[in-house]
Amino acid sequence: MNDQSHHIISYRKLTGIWLALLALTALTVGITRLELGGYKVLGALTIACLKAGLVIAVFMHMKYEGRLLRWLLFLALLTLAIFIGLTFFDVLYR
Amino acid sequence: MTHHPDKDYAGAKLGMWLFLFTEIILFGGLFLLYAVYLRSYPQEFAAAGGQLNWIMGAANTVILLTSSLCAAMAVTAVQRDEPRRAAALIGGTILCAAGFMVIKYFEWSAKIGHGIYPGSEHLKAGAAGESVFFSLYFLTTGIHGLHVLIGAALLGWIAVKVKGGRVNGGDYILLENGALYWHLVDLIWIFIFPLYYLVL
Repeated sequence: MNDQSHHIISYRKLTGIWLALLALTALTVGITRLELGGYKVLGALTIACLKAGLVIAVFMHMKYEGRLLRWLLFLALLTLAIFIGLTFFDVLYR
Repeated sequence: MTHHPDKDYAGAKLGMWLFLFTEIILFGGLFLLYAVYLRSYPQEFAAAGGQLNWIMGAANTVILLTSSLCAAMAVTAVQRDEPRRAAALIGGTILCAAGFMVIKYFEWSAKIGHGIYPGSEHLKAGAAGESVFFSLYFLTTGIHGLHVLIGAALLGWIAVKVKGGRVNGGDYILLENGALYWHLVDLIWIFIFPLYYLVL
């Protein structure tokens, strides 16, 4: 049926990613319990993006996909970024 | 191994990803609403967010991360032609989904028991920002919870096919797409948890 080779990700690697995700979750909880003011949101969102990256790259196999899917993902995220950026451009300078 | 010459593996996966992009935009819109209203009502959001139980949120984060691990391992198991292990791993994902919904049920019923739900008298009498926060909270976690239920049902159906051998090492796109949907549910929660439970 399918001619292309499919990458099989080992249980070991998946477990490693899961442990990293748990550690990052603990880190988010830790830094948001501190009094950091505005940096709290920035820090928490940075870690969330990192976690999302790990899930997409390994759990969702994006790391092993071809150019088409990667570009489409980039395009979808860019659309979202433009969407957020233009909204704030409106809201902040009203 | 059964071979299906009419199956288009790449096309099926592309279709799934295109659907997931629309889901990302859907939840992205909800997060954008959150961000704009957080800017308008910082104090009210902080007061309202403080009423959410972050320990329950953290428990659900661990549960969903574990469910995603099981789903990803199930794909590996099917690729290695280990159907029994694959079915058991999908069972693990569904068990996690059930645990998530039980915690969500306790959280929602505690809030509703205190008169906090969209349009309630309690919220109408309080600050506007608080009402906006809880409306967004119920809308976002509600749509997310719906995705958890749909994902679990979908994976249950796929597990039956794995057990029956119709999803196997030679033809597993159905499981791969089901797992992709499940990971999206996890992905959305990765953002809901810090935004609603932690940063306020």
